[in-house]
Amino acid sequence: MKTTDKDHAALANEFNKDAPRVDWHDETLWWVRQKRDNAVKKIPGWEELREAGSQIKNNVLANLSGYLKQFEANAQANGVHVHWAIDAKEHNEIVLELLQSNGVKKIVKSKSMLTEECNLNEYLNLNGVDVIDTDLGEFIVQLANEHPSHIVLPCIHKKKEEIGELFHQHLGTPAGNADPVFLTETARRHLRETFLTRKAALTGVNFAVAETGEFVVCTNEGNADMGAHLADIHIASMGIEKIIPKRKHLGVFLRVLARSATGQPVTTYSSHFKTPRPGASTHIVIVDNGRSKQLGREDFRNSLKCIRCGACMNTCPVYRRSGGHSYNNAIAGPIGSILAPNLDMKKHADLPFASTLCGSCTNVCPVKIDIHDQLYKWRQVIVKSGHAPVAKKAAMGAMTRVLSSPVSYKVAGKLGRLMMKRAPFAVNNQFNPWYKQRELPVVPENSFGEWYKKNRNNKPKDI
Amino acid sequence: MKVGLFVPCYVDQFYPGAAIATLELLEKLGVDVQYPSRQTCCGQPMANSGFEHLTGGCNELFIENFSAFDYIVCPSGSCVLHIKHHLQSDKNEAKAAAIRNKVYELVEFLTDVLKITNLKGSFPHKVGIHQSCHGQRGLQLSQMTELVAPSFSKPRYLLDMIAGLEIMPLDRADECCGFGGTFCVAEEAVSVKMGKDRVADHIRNGVEYITAADLSCLMHMEGILRRQGSPLKVIHIAEILNGECTV
Amino acid sequence: MSSRNKILTAVAENQPRTAPFPEFEFLDAECIYLSETFINVLTGIGGTVIPVETMIEIQNYILQNFNQGPRTVTNIPALNNVAELMHQSSTSPHALSDVDYAVIDTRLAVAENGAVWVTEKGLSDRALPFICQHLAVVLNAGDIVSNMHAAYEVINADDYGYGTFIAGPSKTADIEQSLVLGAHGPKSMTVFLMM
Repeated sequence: MKTTDKDHAALANEFNKDAPRVDWHDETLWWVRQKRDNAVKKIPGWEELREAGSQIKNNVLANLSGYLKQFEANAQANGVHVHWAIDAKEHNEIVLELLQSNGVKKIVKSKSMLTEECNLNEYLNLNGVDVIDTDLGEFIVQLANEHPSHIVLPCIHKKKEEIGELFHQHLGTPAGNADPVFLTETARRHLRETFLTRKAALTGVNFAVAETGEFVVCTNEGNADMGAHLADIHIASMGIEKIIPKRKHLGVFLRVLARSATGQPVTTYSSHFKTPRPGASTHIVIVDNGRSKQLGREDFRNSLKCIRCGACMNTCPVYRRSGGHSYNNAIAGPIGSILAPNLDMKKHADLPFASTLCGSCTNVCPVKIDIHDQLYKWRQVIVKSGHAPVAKKAAMGAMTRVLSSPVSYKVAGKLGRLMMKRAPFAVNNQFNPWYKQRELPVVPENSFGEWYKKNRNNKPKDI
Repeated sequence: MKVGLFVPCYVDQFYPGAAIATLELLEKLGVDVQYPSRQTCCGQPMANSGFEHLTGGCNELFIENFSAFDYIVCPSGSCVLHIKHHLQSDKNEAKAAAIRNKVYELVEFLTDVLKITNLKGSFPHKVGIHQSCHGQRGLQLSQMTELVAPSFSKPRYLLDMIAGLEIMPLDRADECCGFGGTFCVAEEAVSVKMGKDRVADHIRNGVEYITAADLSCLMHMEGILRRQGSPLKVIHIAEILNGECTV
Repeated sequence: MSSRNKILTAVAENQPRTAPFPEFEFLDAECIYLSETFINVLTGIGGTVIPVETMIEIQNYILQNFNQGPRTVTNIPALNNVAELMHQSSTSPHALSDVDYAVIDTRLAVAENGAVWVTEKGLSDRALPFICQHLAVVLNAGDIVSNMHAAYEVINADDYGYGTFIAGPSKTADIEQSLVLGAHGPKSMTVFLMM
């Protein structure tokens, strides 16, 4: 990942220098949110479905160790190899070892946010393995040497003209052709050859069924299946939280996933992989990478219920106007902001503050994660752990002293209003972020408290 | 019924008109309402910034000021939500718990406690309702567009009682304005962009007055409107419902 | 301690105490007009539905319409006069790379989302419905169920090594949310609906 020292506010500030582009980004994602709204209103019992999804995931978290063992045993009985990785490093090493022991130098990969989280592509490249991302959006950001800005729509930050230019540079398409149909067809032809010549395919996992040992991968493009069915080795990476108890529970999750993500009734392909194809092998890498730690954080554990639909990003007014890259994390948006501090609280201390706590994310979440409440709670944890900026600490301390005393509050209020009236330049200046693009309120002569004293003081009151 | 009027600090200092309208409206409706003069702030600015552990002083002061009332009413959904969710006390937890259950935002107090069915008043203008998030999603003053559930709107129910008032539909019925407490300065660029977009929605739909049950959102949008030199005005819902506003 | 045991130990220590096993019931007959709903939904996501009454009609349709490429394959013996009949795992999946049309059958479809359920038992190769340029599926109207819960009631008893729901042609909207049919899988999906 292109890392930067800048925090969300600074990166969002850069993103906002091009207002028409922000509008375009906002409107594109709002359109996805509207598609989601239409889809969920079309089927009966949407809120009951969310509740069912939430309860199944609660049950998963409470029985996770047992379900993991059950899944492992069943997967092995199905002839699938199961590997365990305690962190990103071990995950990457397991994948590399599997590839090297089979003499594989080139692989195709379908979308897996877990491999983004683990920085797998960089690791494999450094070790001489060529990774081709086959999801069109990921293919595009890979050409641009970027990372996905959205977990479902990886190149939603890119304009078609920019994509046309990338294809012109890398794939030799005519300059200036930015037609999505043409560009998609170009990628299709280019990648078809790749699919046919790769010996190993890597996919993510949407759901892993403890009862049967099968796992389900959902795509619209068919790229996971094209990869897996044409390769000799299929490696599927999954976080420990992807487990669901029974096959029938897929009925709930497949109903909510695509509707929440894009407003489709279901993804084009929902593929259930149980046994390896004759003559081929299947490997599952089960990854912890901080998840068991998050499971132990009572206030934050239910972030692990996430099914990666991206609905919270599409609805988030801050995400839509700051872009995924301003979060500087594999998973952006509201859900990324409650997952990231678990892994590195200092590095991601800014993310829980990149929100107005409006609560829209919580309402769209198909498994009812209390995202905005967790953002609030992470703020408390981050400050208590000493990751608040010094200036903010000082300001909050001063504010607390004033607001805890009725007398100093009244004095400070009066002084403040007086200063705004007599010396407006003291607050109306470039150092005041409020004033940069907003006027301050017109200062009244009296506070309400002063007015009340004058106008209601005669009334005898018995409290 | 003794009602304590809880006036948020920034309303007290910058928007006394909204607090006066709230007081007068409650008085007109026959409520015995008093304003405890030693109140300051609910502590939300600190808490939302991650400094909830510093709000002990504000909490004790709030309990001291408001314990004796049957109801506590405030013209701000956001501050009410903070009290409802986060007021706590090691010394007086029973009193804190009681307050959490008897604090009301003005609109919900009118519709749910007083259960008023009519109001005298006239406001012959085109009005856009800004659904402040904490009032809407936190206190459920109106249905949220994300949910598949029957629609309702307590602010709209009250505004419909006012003669001549026309409520204009918006393209995005309940998107956040971007105020967000300290977010408005910490994330200035996004905050302002959100505010500009919200304001543009009202302008596009022919609104003359943006109203809301929360002045923080209105203060933010007013700041943007005035910088833009827009004729569009903001007005707290209490000032419309009180019927004697001087705008 | 192995990573496996470390992870399982940490999970066991940190997982919350209990959460009841959820029971829910979504099987209510919410959808009376199963065929109509299926047709509307599948059409809405880019598929084509051709209502037919006999295999002859399907044969004629294939002869008249599947003519944009030379190779049409099927796993349905009754269509062997209009398409090359595939046999189970007869060749490597790579040998399918030039298939223009694949005609397969299904025993289960879902009205609410337009998906058909296909398992490898009915396919000569798992890759077939993905690698072909155009996919066609023969479906009996009586095999349509209302929703995914009903579908899993049927699937639950099934044993398969691989199975997939297919809902329409492969698609992407990754470029500025413009919907394009034909990403990596088939560019079109036709369902012959046996009424």
